[in-house]
Amino acid sequence: MMTQLPALQVVIPLLASLFCAFMKRGTVAWALSLVASWAVLVVSILILQQVLESGPISYAMGGWEPPFGIEYYVDKLNAFVLLLVSGVGAIIMPFAKRSVGTEIHSTRQPYFYTMYLLCLCGLLGIAITGDAFNIFVFLEVSSLATYAMVAMGKDKRALLAAFQYLIIGTIGATFYVIGTGLLYTVTGSLNLVDIAGQLDSVNNTRALVTSLAFLTVGISLKLALFPLHVWLPNAYAYAPSFATVFLAATATKVAIYLLIRFFFSVFGAGLVFQSLPVSEILLILSVVAMFGASIVAIFQEDIKRMLAYSSVAQIGYITLGIALANSNGLSGGIVHIFNHAIMKAAFFLALGAVFYRIGSVHIDHLAGIGRRMPITMMGFVIAGMSIVGVPGTVGFISKWYLAAGAFENGQWWLVFAIMISSLLAVIYVGRVVEVAWFRDPSGATLEARDPPPAMLLPILIFCAASIYFGIDTTLTAGIASQAAELLLGGLR
Amino acid sequence: MSGSDLLLISIFLPLLATLLIPMFDKWQNIREAVTLTAAVLLLVTVVSIFAKFTAGETIETSSFEVLPGLPLAFDVEPLGMLFALVASVLWIVNSLYSIGYMRSHDEPRQTPFYMCFAVALSSTMGIAFASNLFTLFLFYEILTLSTYPLVAHKADEKAINGGRIYLIMLLGTSMLLLLPAIIITAVIAGTLDFAPGGILAGKVDDTVLALLLALYAFGIGKAAVMPVHFWLPAAMVAPTPVSALLHAVAVVKAGVFTVIKVVVYVFGIENLTKTGASDWLVFVAAFSLITASIVALTRDNLKARLAYSTVSQLAYVVLGAALASSAAIVGSGLQIVMHAAGKITLFFCAGAIMVATHKTEISEMVGIGRRMPITMGAFLIGSLSIIGLPPLGGVWSKWWLGVGAIDAGHEWIVAVLMISSLLSAAYLLPIVAWGFLMSPPESKPGDRVEVTEAPLACVVSICITAGLCVMLFFGANWVESKLATMDFGIQSGATALIEGERHGR
Repeated sequence: MMTQLPALQVVIPLLASLFCAFMKRGTVAWALSLVASWAVLVVSILILQQVLESGPISYAMGGWEPPFGIEYYVDKLNAFVLLLVSGVGAIIMPFAKRSVGTEIHSTRQPYFYTMYLLCLCGLLGIAITGDAFNIFVFLEVSSLATYAMVAMGKDKRALLAAFQYLIIGTIGATFYVIGTGLLYTVTGSLNLVDIAGQLDSVNNTRALVTSLAFLTVGISLKLALFPLHVWLPNAYAYAPSFATVFLAATATKVAIYLLIRFFFSVFGAGLVFQSLPVSEILLILSVVAMFGASIVAIFQEDIKRMLAYSSVAQIGYITLGIALANSNGLSGGIVHIFNHAIMKAAFFLALGAVFYRIGSVHIDHLAGIGRRMPITMMGFVIAGMSIVGVPGTVGFISKWYLAAGAFENGQWWLVFAIMISSLLAVIYVGRVVEVAWFRDPSGATLEARDPPPAMLLPILIFCAASIYFGIDTTLTAGIASQAAELLLGGLR
Repeated sequence: MSGSDLLLISIFLPLLATLLIPMFDKWQNIREAVTLTAAVLLLVTVVSIFAKFTAGETIETSSFEVLPGLPLAFDVEPLGMLFALVASVLWIVNSLYSIGYMRSHDEPRQTPFYMCFAVALSSTMGIAFASNLFTLFLFYEILTLSTYPLVAHKADEKAINGGRIYLIMLLGTSMLLLLPAIIITAVIAGTLDFAPGGILAGKVDDTVLALLLALYAFGIGKAAVMPVHFWLPAAMVAPTPVSALLHAVAVVKAGVFTVIKVVVYVFGIENLTKTGASDWLVFVAAFSLITASIVALTRDNLKARLAYSTVSQLAYVVLGAALASSAAIVGSGLQIVMHAAGKITLFFCAGAIMVATHKTEISEMVGIGRRMPITMGAFLIGSLSIIGLPPLGGVWSKWWLGVGAIDAGHEWIVAVLMISSLLSAAYLLPIVAWGFLMSPPESKPGDRVEVTEAPLACVVSICITAGLCVMLFFGANWVESKLATMDFGIQSGATALIEGERHGR
């Protein structure tokens, strides 16, 4: 049983999604998804334990030995990502019942859960597999499921958003396949570890560089790196609340993992950062994202959309960490994958609860909502403090690492850039806080009150997590810095 | 109970009150009783810490590493001990005053008001007892965030704008300047622990040292060194108890306290004297001191005038830190205590006048002394203490700052102190003079003016703090003796010098 854990990680949600599709009632499908999500979480905890105790796990799918068969390869980095994805999935499921119940027509609910489980399966698959083509398959599984989920949004514009995402996502996937194909032609292998081993003897650097370029652009489209982020605000804004929570907390994070994996484990930090100007390009794009997207966020009327732009900015922090390519910087980037996931989950859950009560998240309709839904909006405030990077919250931990990394690289101006961009976060969060607490409630808000415990609990869990992991960082920053050391091994 | 338990209690006790207060939302009297009980218990805790501390016990908590090199830890040293004592004593008086003020003013949303107040006190304790820069910074930021709702409490356009300026200025300076300074310090010094003699000594060259000091001096926005003082007048839209305890005592004192801590335990005063890295700050502080007094003269709104007076009085503390002589640091420490007692009295009076007569502008307060003799009497006492006249506490801090300036070779500072005292007399005393000597415009000359004081709770609080100003004149020696035990990390010769000065006076 223990040896089959890596397979179970993707098989459980895959099978569950199949059953879900045949369910007649939304509640039954929800219950099934709940069980599957929690089972997946248990599996990922066991995997992490195993990795921490006895090193990386290699699992030959179907007994076909790598490099010819598909290998599932789990080290500290992706065990961490698996835990993140499955953890988010498990914690937010109780929220889904009422939220999905009001936002999606009852006949479509089982399909929605089917798509959710497929998406979960795809994301976990990308994180766990050690095979470049298998990654593509899971990438498509998760993407197709995501398009469908986004399209189920109540707003008519959800269809357009899904279509836009479909086009851009497909371009990204195509780029990814081209990159993988080029890698295959120069190395004759699809196994990531095997490719990495053969790259030293590859003479055709032009093919290699081209492959790196295609992979980088393809994955960057998926992770919404500025300026390839245009799909994200619409998709997040118009998708059903529950889908937004799940996607914001996990989908882009898995794509970032993929980028880190290719940069550091496959191509190697030496090639990517020392022979090519990847670091410089990534650095500039990250800083532009941190500023541009934050400024755009300040002017959004729809708060979901505002937070979507904030995500683009926060992804900038993570890619900045990658671009710094030193131990502190990369640790900061990796830990921010986790930290940003929990704060954005808290944010979007709080908004989901508000939408559940008053049917809107437009800033004009939020006047006085804090006085009517104090616990929910306190959750929003705590998530806001995290995103600003107040000490004692997770955001501070990420920022500390990134700033220390920038200072070590001698780029002291970056330290100030990081701080200025978090000040922009004060403005866009503060704007909502002002309206929610210091304006008098009117209209639908008058009748609003905090949602039932099943919806409140996930919000509180993520808020507690964003404070807890801001103080006790042994799990998050500890693993992140170990993973960073491992990944940077190639530089020394 | 061990000392470290008491330290943790002093921080968690107000937080406990924060959780209890909303449970009694419907029962006002019980809700206020919770605040008062917490305030009294906090004072008991702080006093027992003090008893242990004077008995010579070292009191420190075990540290908890948030990140490698970033520990969360508390300990007790003389300056922090005094700050905690001042804040916890005044919290009781202020709670009493708040009850009178908030009820007779019929303020809405009192439950969140008392909750935020308790969080602010908890973070003040955290700042006072922080044993390293990271812990201090953590509570510094919580203090900003917990006081923001208090500033914007009224929730009208003006209050919201005031809150904006407050939040952006304080968070902005701390994130843009203070945090980078802390990060740079951590990378260069390898530690953030407060240590006698400083942790930066001998690790950086003079230019970097001066630049770092600039990041700290302006990054600690709560110290309100010009030009980062704008948040303080903006914060005056808050209810008066907030202005009194937080914007005359806890928040601003947390700022200057941090400045002194950084100067003494991060830079080290010997290091600063040798390199001259803080000389520029002497000029900035002196400028701030005089300019703010002049601006205060031009303000007709009483709270605004008091706010600028605070900016000027805070500059005394920063000045003492910048002089970097041990006598000047003692003067700074004294100024924290003396100004706290004096300014809270003045704010209490301003609030009492507002409650009793709804007047906020000084020009409307002609003859107010006849209507509110107790309040204006206390106002006179507070004013004299701020100006620095005997027999009131304020005189001693000015004295020590003068001695410290001469020690540091900046004799001209004595003249600056004189001018500033004259200016503060000019902006404070006319209020009292017009109040007592002229008759109110609405009554005919010769008529008996009816006495209408503020609610009893307010008047009692005013008398207590005014009494404190007088007591501090006689008790100053005691405060000095506590401050003189601060470990400056310099040769015993200099410490003996302070001792000698103290006894020689």
